[in-house]
Amino acid sequence: MSDEKSPFLKYLREDRLPHIFCSGCGIGTIMNGFIQGMEDAEMDFDNIAMVSGIGCSSRIPGYMKCDSLHTTHGRAISFATGLKTSNSDLDVVVFTGDGDAAAIGGNHLIHAARRNINLTVICINNNIYGMTGGQISPTSPHKSYGSTAPYGVDEYPFKLAELVTAAGASYAARWTTLKVDDMVRSIRDALKNPGFSFVEIVSQCPTYYGRKNKLKTPVDMASYFKNNTIFTSELPSYTEKELEGKIVVGEFVNKQKGEFVDNIKNLSKSHYGKDPLIYSAYSEDFD
Amino acid sequence: MTEELFIQGNEACAEGALRAGCRFFGGYPITPSTEVAEYLARNLPKHGGSFVQMEDEIAAAGSIIGGSWGGSKSMTATSGPGFSLMQENIGYAFITETPIVIVDVQRGSPSTGQPTMAAQGDMMQARWGSHGDYEPIALSPSSVQEYFDFTIRAFNLSEKFRTPVFIMADEIIGHMREKIVIPDKIDITPRVMPDKENFLPFKNSDEVNPMPSFGQGYDIHVTGLTHDERGYPDANNPKTHDILVRRLTNKILDNKDEIISVEKSHCDDADIVLVTYGAPFRSAITAVKDAREEGLKVGYLKINTPWPFPEEEIKEIAKTAEDIIVVEMNLGQMYWEVERVACSQSNTHLIGKIGGELPHPNEILSKIEEIGGK
Repeated sequence: MSDEKSPFLKYLREDRLPHIFCSGCGIGTIMNGFIQGMEDAEMDFDNIAMVSGIGCSSRIPGYMKCDSLHTTHGRAISFATGLKTSNSDLDVVVFTGDGDAAAIGGNHLIHAARRNINLTVICINNNIYGMTGGQISPTSPHKSYGSTAPYGVDEYPFKLAELVTAAGASYAARWTTLKVDDMVRSIRDALKNPGFSFVEIVSQCPTYYGRKNKLKTPVDMASYFKNNTIFTSELPSYTEKELEGKIVVGEFVNKQKGEFVDNIKNLSKSHYGKDPLIYSAYSEDFD
Repeated sequence: MTEELFIQGNEACAEGALRAGCRFFGGYPITPSTEVAEYLARNLPKHGGSFVQMEDEIAAAGSIIGGSWGGSKSMTATSGPGFSLMQENIGYAFITETPIVIVDVQRGSPSTGQPTMAAQGDMMQARWGSHGDYEPIALSPSSVQEYFDFTIRAFNLSEKFRTPVFIMADEIIGHMREKIVIPDKIDITPRVMPDKENFLPFKNSDEVNPMPSFGQGYDIHVTGLTHDERGYPDANNPKTHDILVRRLTNKILDNKDEIISVEKSHCDDADIVLVTYGAPFRSAITAVKDAREEGLKVGYLKINTPWPFPEEEIKEIAKTAEDIIVVEMNLGQMYWEVERVACSQSNTHLIGKIGGELPHPNEILSKIEEIGGK
């Protein structure tokens, strides 16, 4: 082990360390990937505001040295919608998980995608509820096990990146924690995209998902990801049956379309010649 | 120059919000509150503000909390079913000390109930609707003018005490039209930027902490978890929790005198005092007048701020009044607060009207006559 400190430490609230994440968790890789993607996108870190809900992945903003809003379960995107609309200068990033974004918060996810509001949503999909101890989530694979599915899941999982694409997002991609370079590139592109951007990162939870599904170690889980990953470009050569249980990675959408907050601001400007107000709560005079 | 408008209650509320500096509204349509949203959808763009129709009331409450941390005074308007959905995020606003204004235009309930009829069935939901200990501020208007005035006061109180404030209106006040006078000068409580030196966003202080916004360089962490003075989670520490929750409740309780507002008339010699708030007050004043004409010594106390509950003011009435009649549009909500405070000194009675119509002055008069021995 080197004594040299990570160059990314400057982005962290060091006084909050050590963190709460389990050893072998994918979140560390994703935090690193996020910071690299942010540097590659040449973002001004001081201008980034992070919003999250409840769950393991929602704890990330608490460790980042920027304005951070750790909200209620599933609702991060609705808080972020208000934050971004109220102050369009901010670069708003949402960290969420599969339970937070797709179960309790599913409605907010699809509506934010429909609006194409300029948020960057990083969804860490570990196919399980980690923080509460291994219950199944809306992305748990068919027949996988969880503490609330002791006989195996009889439901079918959401495909989040595809769902968000269908709902109207202008950028959506899925990678695994093994595809670090691709993940970094997608985070960079998502941050730069002036619209709703969704990066789903399939991540390992050896503590709960692994233990309940005969993939006890991080290496077992990594091997599982490696052996079951298919690129979007390869899709035509697979039948629907063959795709069951596979992790399809790649970009699902990357296009330009009108952005929600811009449209609101343009309304004020074009109809009434008004520039958007910023920090108006500090004002004593209103017209 | 003062300005006069003949205007609907819900529109007066929206106009009051604009004058108070509200520049973000996140809402969801629901009868009988929707005119507040419609008015602001039309008028916020004129003032450089933003209107968003959210996907549900949970999102509406979330959006205004986000809007407030973005640096805009923020509001939503709803009715009972939507108010129920907002409760979790309301608790979040209390523990994170986020100033927001929530208008609840009450309708017949429970459940879908009577969407187009008035009620006051959400008064205890305003008090206890979210889980845990907190001290809400709620204002109840009895006229379109008050709906306008109280909305401005709601914004000022929410900023001053960094807390959610509820406007507990009802369908009658929401949909009636009256003349209002808009004063030429409106006092606005602006947010104050904290000093960056040794800044502790959630300092354990008797003073309300000044509030920064996101993007101003404070690198603030805001969480619904029990947090320390830095805003960092410290959820397993009993002491941190005790200090935080007591500070949040005390900042309201210690300032009750400034927040509480009541209006009294004919109480000095009254044997019977009517206690009302919101729309039923309109019938109560007629009943008092009629009773006085019959020679009965009757007065009224109108509660402008149901929460925090005006205990001292009710105790004062109970010293002299033999009987107190609470008139409200539910089967007894504020009644039990009055009973709790006054029961050792006065007999308390309830006229609890449900169904959507105001209690008629004659109904109140009959009760007065019954109690007064006529």
